[in-house]
Amino acid sequence: MQPRRVVVTGLGALTPLGNSVDEYWHGLANGVSGADYIKQFDASKFKTRFACELKNFDATNYMDKKDARKMDPFTQTAVIASDQAVADAKIDRNSIDVDRVGVIWGTGVGGMINFCNELKEFYQGDGTPRFSPFLIPRLILDIAAGYISIRNGFRGPNFSVVSACASATNAIIDAMYHIRWGKADMIVTGGSENIINAACVGGFNAMKALSERNDDPKTASRPFDADRDGFVMGEGAGALIVESLEHAQARGAHIYAELVGGGATADAHHLTAPHPEGLGAKNVMTQALKDAGMEAHEIDYINVHGTSTPLGDVAEVKAIQQVFGEAAYKMNISSTKSMTGHLLGAAGAVEAIAAIKSIIHGLVPPTINHFTDDPQLDPKLNFTFNKAQQREVRAALSNTFGFGGHNASVIFKKFVP
Amino acid sequence: MSDIASRVKKIIIDKLGVDEAEVNPEASFTNDLGADSLDTVELIMEFEKEFNISIPDEQAETITTVGQAVAYLEEHVK
Repeated sequence: MQPRRVVVTGLGALTPLGNSVDEYWHGLANGVSGADYIKQFDASKFKTRFACELKNFDATNYMDKKDARKMDPFTQTAVIASDQAVADAKIDRNSIDVDRVGVIWGTGVGGMINFCNELKEFYQGDGTPRFSPFLIPRLILDIAAGYISIRNGFRGPNFSVVSACASATNAIIDAMYHIRWGKADMIVTGGSENIINAACVGGFNAMKALSERNDDPKTASRPFDADRDGFVMGEGAGALIVESLEHAQARGAHIYAELVGGGATADAHHLTAPHPEGLGAKNVMTQALKDAGMEAHEIDYINVHGTSTPLGDVAEVKAIQQVFGEAAYKMNISSTKSMTGHLLGAAGAVEAIAAIKSIIHGLVPPTINHFTDDPQLDPKLNFTFNKAQQREVRAALSNTFGFGGHNASVIFKKFVP
Repeated sequence: MSDIASRVKKIIIDKLGVDEAEVNPEASFTNDLGADSLDTVELIMEFEKEFNISIPDEQAETITTVGQAVAYLEEHVK
């Protein structure tokens, strides 16, 4: 069969900048930081005492209390963001074939918050096992995809994708392939992650992965700045409705952008450190361009992985310069993690939404918190420092990389019928 | 209402998300209060925690209504 074109027709987001796509984009466009001191647990003895948490988030504002308490937060945010996307895409369940609608969802860790609480209760007790029958359903990583299908009655392909901080991007790529090759007509995709708890902050701290700028949380996430000292944890979810062009047109859907290509590679180098020359990152962007049938000069914006770690930011820029050559100087590069923090397994979803919105609005969101140039980075590159820049974005590429050496990139293009 | 009955009622309202008025002695967890098999297991577990007792599985299977739960607990809680 001929490959089918894949388009994006619905968006949903719960982010540290706001609990809807509009609030999220408003925050990005205005360079707002979502960082603050941690409220979810007592972090007073931790090396890092801040994160980008969701604001005023209460799952029972969106669903029955009975449903909410059966879900770990990562599933609550998945369900809420996907509800927003399904509504945004104006899907009429009675006029589509639900057997051809799937859910492919990314998450890095799963239901860690509830799991840790139950373990704590058990080990503080006298050894009597009193585990909740919902312990396992709250924990397992696939359950978000399961809930989304149950809620909507979508009976097509249904699974979760795990590649640490590249999870949501890998999910989006899998969704694209399913539609491109006729395995489904429409897929709810994206990712969610809510793991701001003692074990995960403590674990990332032990790896020396997090910024420890406790005296000034809002400027802690500073990708490409000379004084960056690690990433800032974020939490939340992003959801995208992707479908075949014919399917979207047949039901008269509004099309936000076309999903034209993706790539996935491994560094095969180290558990947590990126390849110093950005080898896997170089290969994944090359692969995504090839998959999309595009040339380097056709990309106007790269939403980078750019987590604000000393090694990662440099390796990614090296890779961009190897792939894009002279074209790298004409594009905008930005790390929206400077504002949202790092949403880990959900990063690829909310950053895909940022890329799509940049195409729609002709505006590239900034890399905020730039104070001092890093001499390791080419000053002729445009990192969109501190303030959003208006420009036509014909196509945008989004990179995500995960611990384990996973790399995934997707390319969205302005939709032209 | 006994102290045990009011504590049982509170757990049921919280876990099953039902209105207080629905939680009458005859109400069946599954037929009237919308519980599925996992919810029922969780309710028993919550009773065990609240009253610090252990309810054997074969006993737990016979507790299917609000009234049966209260009666069992009134008999077994010291």
